[in-house]
Amino acid sequence: MSPIADRDNLDHSGDLGSVPSPASATLRERLLSAGSRGIWRSLDELLDTPEFRKWVEDEFPHRESLLGMDRRRFLQLMGASLALAGITGCRFLPQRRAVPFVKAVEEEVPGMPLYYASAIVLSGIAAGVLVESHEGRPTKIEGNPLHPASLGSTDLFTQAAILNLYDPDRSRNVVHAGDVATWPELLAALRGVLDQQQREAGAGLRILSGAITSPSLLAQIDALRRRLPEARWYQWEAANRDNVCAGMRQAFGRPLNPVYRLDRAHVVVTLDADILTGMPGSVRYARDFMSGRRVRANQRTMNRLYAVESSPTNTGAVADHRLTVRAQDIHAVAAQLAHVLMGDSSTHVPAQELGDDYEGRWLAACARDLLANRGRCLVVAGDGQPAAVHVLAAAMNEFLGNVGHTVAYTAPIYGEWREATAQLQELASEIASGRVDALLVLGANPVYDAPADMPFADLIRRVPFTVHLGLHLDETGHVCQWHAPLAHDLESWGDARSYDGTVTFRQPLIQPLFDGKSIPEIVSVLVGRPADGYELHRAYWTKQFGGTNAAKQFRRAIHDGLIENSSLPSESVRVREDAVRTAMQVPARKTGGNVEVVFAPDPTLYDGRFANNGWLQELPKAMTRLTWDNAALLAPSTAHRLGIDDGDVLEIRAGDRSIEAPARLQPGHAKDSLTLHLGGGRNRAGTVGNGVGFSAYVLRDSEHTWLIADASVARTGRTHSFATTEQHHAMDRERLDGQHGRDIVRVLQLGAFDAQKVRTHGERTWRPTGFYDGKDHKYDGYAWGMAIDLTLCTGCNACVVACQAENNIPVVGKEQVARGREMHWIRIDRYYEGPVDDPAVHQQPVLCMHCEQAPCEPVCPVAATVHSHEGLNQMVYNRCVGTRYCSNNCPYKVRRFNFLNYANHTEPTILQLLRNPNVTVRGRGVMEKCTFCVQRINAARIAAKKEGRSIRDGEIITACQGACPTRAIVFGNIADPDSEVSRLKREPHDYSLLGDLDTRPRVTYLARVTNPNPDSPAGAGLDREAHTP
Amino acid sequence: MSSNPETVTAKPDRLVQVPNKEPASHSVSAAGADAELLLGSHSYDSVTDRISGIVLDQRSHPTAWFAVFALAFLALNGMMLTITWLLYRGVGIWGINQPAGWGFDIINFVWWIGIGHAGTLISAILLLMRQQWRTSINRFAEAMTLFAVACAGLYPLLHTGRPWVAYWLFPYPNIMGIWPQFRSPLIWDVFAVSTYMTVSALFWFVGLVPDLASLRDRARNRFARILFGIGALGWRGSARHWARYEAAYLMLAGLSTPLVLSVHSIVSFDFAVSVLPGWHTTVFPPYFVAGAIYAGFAMVLTLAIPVRAWYGLRDFITDKHLDWMAKIMLATGLIVVYGYIMEMFYGWYSGNPYEGFLIKNRMTGPYAPLFWALLVCNGVVPQVLWSPRWRSSPAVLFTVSLVVSVGMWLERFIIIPVSLHRDFLPSSWGMYVPTVWDWGMFVGTLGLFFFLMFLFIRFLPMISIFEIRDLLHRIRGRRDLATEGHHEA
Repeated sequence: MSPIADRDNLDHSGDLGSVPSPASATLRERLLSAGSRGIWRSLDELLDTPEFRKWVEDEFPHRESLLGMDRRRFLQLMGASLALAGITGCRFLPQRRAVPFVKAVEEEVPGMPLYYASAIVLSGIAAGVLVESHEGRPTKIEGNPLHPASLGSTDLFTQAAILNLYDPDRSRNVVHAGDVATWPELLAALRGVLDQQQREAGAGLRILSGAITSPSLLAQIDALRRRLPEARWYQWEAANRDNVCAGMRQAFGRPLNPVYRLDRAHVVVTLDADILTGMPGSVRYARDFMSGRRVRANQRTMNRLYAVESSPTNTGAVADHRLTVRAQDIHAVAAQLAHVLMGDSSTHVPAQELGDDYEGRWLAACARDLLANRGRCLVVAGDGQPAAVHVLAAAMNEFLGNVGHTVAYTAPIYGEWREATAQLQELASEIASGRVDALLVLGANPVYDAPADMPFADLIRRVPFTVHLGLHLDETGHVCQWHAPLAHDLESWGDARSYDGTVTFRQPLIQPLFDGKSIPEIVSVLVGRPADGYELHRAYWTKQFGGTNAAKQFRRAIHDGLIENSSLPSESVRVREDAVRTAMQVPARKTGGNVEVVFAPDPTLYDGRFANNGWLQELPKAMTRLTWDNAALLAPSTAHRLGIDDGDVLEIRAGDRSIEAPARLQPGHAKDSLTLHLGGGRNRAGTVGNGVGFSAYVLRDSEHTWLIADASVARTGRTHSFATTEQHHAMDRERLDGQHGRDIVRVLQLGAFDAQKVRTHGERTWRPTGFYDGKDHKYDGYAWGMAIDLTLCTGCNACVVACQAENNIPVVGKEQVARGREMHWIRIDRYYEGPVDDPAVHQQPVLCMHCEQAPCEPVCPVAATVHSHEGLNQMVYNRCVGTRYCSNNCPYKVRRFNFLNYANHTEPTILQLLRNPNVTVRGRGVMEKCTFCVQRINAARIAAKKEGRSIRDGEIITACQGACPTRAIVFGNIADPDSEVSRLKREPHDYSLLGDLDTRPRVTYLARVTNPNPDSPAGAGLDREAHTP
Repeated sequence: MSSNPETVTAKPDRLVQVPNKEPASHSVSAAGADAELLLGSHSYDSVTDRISGIVLDQRSHPTAWFAVFALAFLALNGMMLTITWLLYRGVGIWGINQPAGWGFDIINFVWWIGIGHAGTLISAILLLMRQQWRTSINRFAEAMTLFAVACAGLYPLLHTGRPWVAYWLFPYPNIMGIWPQFRSPLIWDVFAVSTYMTVSALFWFVGLVPDLASLRDRARNRFARILFGIGALGWRGSARHWARYEAAYLMLAGLSTPLVLSVHSIVSFDFAVSVLPGWHTTVFPPYFVAGAIYAGFAMVLTLAIPVRAWYGLRDFITDKHLDWMAKIMLATGLIVVYGYIMEMFYGWYSGNPYEGFLIKNRMTGPYAPLFWALLVCNGVVPQVLWSPRWRSSPAVLFTVSLVVSVGMWLERFIIIPVSLHRDFLPSSWGMYVPTVWDWGMFVGTLGLFFFLMFLFIRFLPMISIFEIRDLLHRIRGRRDLATEGHHEA
């Protein structure tokens, strides 16, 4: 063995060297003094001395001592050598000391999760969350029940944020000109630039970030302005709310933040507004809205929703009446509605008769309904609609007396609210004119998502000094000279406001995994007072709280995750009449082209920032059920007219720009209109998101942020294959019958809610004799069951992501999804019913039904799926041999099989930190399915047993139930007649899915109840007579 | 007994020219029903010489043997490759998915098990029914059974997600303290198929013993003598041996007889016991058994017709044999078609929307071409067998039997993935598309089957020597009796 082969042996050479070597002393000495020599590459370099070389080269450096040895000594040495030979197998491993905590970490009990209040911020707007932490690693995000924007629920982005934290593709170090660099190097460079800028009052310094609502960060920005008055800070969001901002400014003279109170609204009209799933505050809005739709045997009142929209959304699917209108015509519809409503009482608008066509009668009925519910109704304009529509919505709400009841206007949560596009345009022109010397991009990605008329990749290269701070080394990071890792929301301190202005505290759950810094920390450097994120946060807020109680208030706010009652006060304002008059002027329709193009944030990828999130890529998008793709959505009739088939690659041209996108036929889509979801086509997102879909940004310019009225579309002749979890079947050109006449989603009209009739509707009244009769499972104690209210389900997908996060469900990729192998334990089934251009959409969450007569159980040859005495249908992974017979025999097809090693448990990645330690990671060849979150049941059971009581109703919240914004899912003990789930199961409209198979599912559904206006013309499927199989 | 070099080296067609040792008066002419089962002028010696010659003279094999064997060996290697990749990657290399959890794996399992059934039927039931025409094809068909079951047996093992624990399906005392789940039809399958395999192997081997003794006595190669000697179990042909043999053989036949009905009934339970439309059908057990015999006879014909031509065995496997087999195919084929008709009838008559849809989906859904092909293969084409003229044409029979084999395979495709791909909830519907590995496995088992079959043809007597001699004796006895009566008259 070469003496320098093993560094560990070197450390011990003094103790071991039975033959002292001349080099070992040198070696020791040199090693000890190594510091003085600076960095040495190898020990050879360090020890490169002539005597050492000689010692190395001479195989037996001490041979003369052998010659002078006597027999006794020789035998002694031989004996010792033999004995030592036996222990050469023992290696001296590097010794590391593991020291137990002398005092345990406060409240930390190994194996017991802790929950910390924090916030997940999307486009500046905070979602209050509780984060589950296992021994210091965050694993799951839940809603914060104290938080007004959450009330315990979340949306899908918030659920998926935890995967972003552990994304293995996150940026791991500072990069300078393509090379690894360090924070000190970056900060040194930055200081140099700052010193220069200090002399020019910051005239050449520009900072670009996402939207900011954080009071502390806004204060920092103020401080920066004081220090460098000429510096500019711009905020850019691709999925921006410019139209709201502009509309409010036109209506009220200054931008205000509309906050809706849907729980007070009896009639709601949305104008291209996906208020239930696609707006800031949607989680709360969905909860509030659904509070008016909980139809029970003794409660027969219900609110009513009219949705006017171009592309089907979850809100449209829930609506009692849906009017499909091209996005560019919604302004006209809004103006018509305003005419009808306000025509009589206000002088500035001449009363105008509505046409006698379907649209006219629809609007008339809607208007009558609004007028009958003054002060208890609401008109909401969507973020994608032009400012004028927002003005009209504000005017109608004011006219209907809704202001102060169902809508309030507060000061903007963004501090100073300016249109993002205008801000970015300013930056672009400044760079173009050479006025920018230093550009800091903090978390934004303009190279990818800026409007196409601002070539940021080129612009940034023109700036002498550019720094990008981001979670990923993304498109912008690659263009900037410097890139540095940004800390994730769960790695850093901060705060942000939620949709209503509530100040939400963000506390870290873990040290930055990749040495990232937060934006406040970077700004503190710019301000000249570098500080740690916690210090900044604490200093600002204790100062804000003031007084002697400040520290206590601060602690309380951290604990709660928010500052109580910090929502912004409503302002009393009146809509300017001239603004309304202007808004009433509907611009002439643009001619040219053959379609309009509507841009919308992707239902799962948002503006593209989630492109590298496998959960969201694989999450079937609402309505389209597409995964791993975006598409040009268009109405089947339009497609037919243009000769386009599903999957045809289209060339979409607007002005001198064009993109190629695959067509997807979308029932219920407005005619002659194309919806393009943002967020695809990234090339620097990471291994998951690169090259998925197409980028709609290429077509989108600052003039046409949400709509291109005169685009043209043509086939390229090529086709594209989608990976979808629900196929279009029998895509009839006329009518759709997604359920094939089967009794799957039951729909009732409120007027037809007859308890007796509903109860016996389609339920089996006889019980067939079974082969194993009399051998039914004996139940004792708890009996777990679930009820899902289909009226309340918006199809928002939060439950699907929550289940994936809770239960370590793997992502399988597009190719496997295309083969039909997605792994989700809960899915949202979607059925179209009715005319193809305006069908009713029924959505139904389906998970394991935990049948009492489960067809899967008797067919398993090895008893790997068995029934618990509490009624759970259990899957024993270790016993499963993988015959898949159980899945074949499952009528609900809720079982999922690991066809390949999807969990990839053999390869160590950082993603392993994400896994829920209480849920087994399933290997290849094993069946899996919903467990009713048995780990949560058992946690509650342990807690109850320790306290010597039984589990309380509502103590166990399954992952899907916890995430559900509308509380459509209720889980509990059906053996307890007073539990909420038992009460729901006694409702007359409770029914079993495929009940006639006599599987006796523990999951039952409450039929979907709709509340159509009898005056309204029959259009969508929902308006027709109740669905009777 | 010493072998006659002239006879054993004979090219197939030369046989009839070889002068018999026996007096010419003993040669067989057309007399009595059985007489059609053995053609040519044969003596006891010539029968033995002719059949054992194929085994003992390695030069007697036609080029076709090598060609088929080489192809089979190639396919077998493809299967080995597939299995290696399968074990390394998992069953995800196949086209199975949600909702179609079973595809080629179970299609081929059922198909192969079905093919085996003809052998058992011929050996056991026809023996008990004293059908003389079974004699010259039973050995051959039994070997086919055995190899078909071997091919079938690969699938249940390899189709599991974790084949390394597939032995948990067997009931054995274990430290896990858990038994298989006896309510599962898959466990019934384990019993049914393993019993079937064991009994078939025993039956086949017991039937081989007297012939192995003949080969032992005739083999000149020392190595062959030793091997055949071991196989012959010390058979000396004494009357006691024969008495015991007859008793044992009859008992095994008695054991096998219920298996003909039970094995495929139990295989059909895999489907009939489920709740799935298209599977949950009470007609399945008899319909599957009939289908199995149908497919089995098709495979016997597919093999027998070319082999008989290549080895000049028309004397032993006569057109009469083919005719009988064709009739059985026709009969079982009609039962199968009756099954199809009943399925369709009940799809409508039950008023069950899922059953009704199933039939509609079969007829007009994405796999409709396969369904119509199935009806043509199993329902229409075999009707040519009504005509005695067509039945006597080996070419027609060969074609029909190939068509029936394809048809029966399609039937399993229609039953398994086509029922699975669209069941109760339209939201879960999908498509099943086999991958190259599915085909690799299927073609591979075909390779394994023909590989084993052709080894068998080469190294063991493919026609039972002593039973043909027995047949000769019977024919002769009857003729002798007839002549005697004539004399007396």
